Amino acid sequence: MSGANYHEQKDEKGEELQESKDLVFHSKSPSDTLRLGRRIGRLLHQGDVVALVGELGTGKTQLIKGLASGIGVRRVHYLTSPSFVLVNEYTGKIPFYHIDLFRLGGEKEAQGLGLEEYFQGKGVTVIEWADRIPSLLPGELLWIYLYYTGKQTRSIELIPKGKRYEELLRKCGVENVK
Amino acid sequence: MAMKKGIILAIETSCDDTGAAILLDGRKILSNVVSSQVSIHQKYGGVVPELASRSHLEAIVPIVTEALGRAGVTLKEIDGIAVTQGPGLVGSLLVGLSFAKSIAFAMGIPFVGVNHVEAHLSAIFLEEEPPRFPFIGLVVSGGHTSLFRVDGFGKVVRLGQTRDDAAGEAFDKVAKLLGLGYPGGPIIDELSKRGNPKAIRFPRAFLGKNSLDFSFSGLKTAVVHFVKTYQESSEKFSEGLLCDIASSFQEAVVDVLVQKTILASKQEGIRRIVISGGVAANRLFRERMREEALNQKLKLYIPSPQLCTDNAAMVGVIGYEYLKQGIRSDYSTNAYSNLPL
Repeated sequence: MSGANYHEQKDEKGEELQESKDLVFHSKSPSDTLRLGRRIGRLLHQGDVVALVGELGTGKTQLIKGLASGIGVRRVHYLTSPSFVLVNEYTGKIPFYHIDLFRLGGEKEAQGLGLEEYFQGKGVTVIEWADRIPSLLPGELLWIYLYYTGKQTRSIELIPKGKRYEELLRKCGVENVK
Repeated sequence: MAMKKGIILAIETSCDDTGAAILLDGRKILSNVVSSQVSIHQKYGGVVPELASRSHLEAIVPIVTEALGRAGVTLKEIDGIAVTQGPGLVGSLLVGLSFAKSIAFAMGIPFVGVNHVEAHLSAIFLEEEPPRFPFIGLVVSGGHTSLFRVDGFGKVVRLGQTRDDAAGEAFDKVAKLLGLGYPGGPIIDELSKRGNPKAIRFPRAFLGKNSLDFSFSGLKTAVVHFVKTYQESSEKFSEGLLCDIASSFQEAVVDVLVQKTILASKQEGIRRIVISGGVAANRLFRERMREEALNQKLKLYIPSPQLCTDNAAMVGVIGYEYLKQGIRSDYSTNAYSNLPL
């Protein structure tokens, strides 16, 4: 994985305008993406919510395997896409809920799935295609955007919403610099 | 309660079809009704769970009534009920399970919850010449791609499974990517007939020489890459190219499915093979599996297409065997989205 850009935007005088809290990684392979997921996963706590956005084939499942592995879920090779059943539940050090909204058209269809219960639950919740249900998501969470940049390469952008997740990314970024 | 005549009511609501069947002695189909909800789901490009459970709720009474009517049987003549309790969509499963519990309670008869995947493995026993145990079973559908050694009813050992997408799911996702609609399998199968399977060399993931696991996400990504690269250089796919992509993609999926199944047979030293599940209704897969079985002198068993896709009769087969062994579920039985087998 090539470097994280902790972009600090400065104006001409070199003064800090506003520190961007986003973090961007460049993944060179599926295993790179998995490793990034594992690193983030190690920093996740009970009640955390991670929202994933990315087209088909950008590595969402790979990243989630990494997140699950970081949380302590075993045999993550067999963590499969829950497109069919919508939610898969795993047991790590804490429960891990993998939600996939691929088959949903929008928020109306997601209502009544009981998503709130997962968000307030005892584990970590990861949601694929989360951009389809913006108003059903909690106010504070970690957004992860995956972009296709080449046959094997992906750009992975981490955007924290809320102090808890800013702190998480600071740890994630520092670890990368070492 | 002992089973008198061996007439079973079977109910299946794990995904998009509501199914009810009446079976005699766990082998003879008196009726097998499936209300396909495909028309409802087509416009959404997939199964929408909330819609699925609502449709099951609306369909369950008419479908069961229809099944009883066609079989010429009344509820009083039913000796037991078999119902799918997972894996599947929890909301959908609950409709069938709650209904089964209610009928069982009202009529004072036993019911048993069964695993949907084991039901797929049992569908072959509804055909004229079922296999003897043990056999190698491949269940391949929108939600599953798993290989098993089946030593008997309730004696199933998993040999391999997918590590990412199910084969049917890959069909659906690629169809969506190509703007072809839902369900992806039959559409891609149809286009493939007019395409060249060797036009594009898509990757096949074997995960090591002896692995019986599957992976289809790399193939899916390769199709994404091909489409993106092509779209950068020109505007639109010609009909011919679309058929070539569909055909080359299908070829890659079928190659892996056939080779892994044959490998499982060799590793286990079992010469009887059963394939089942929605993708086992795929024309090319059935053809290629038959050819390969012939070459390798293996005995291949494939249920007819309507018994490969989700249906209640297959639930009745395994449910009957359990009930006969005295296995029953109690009223606290729950539905599970990822019920393991």
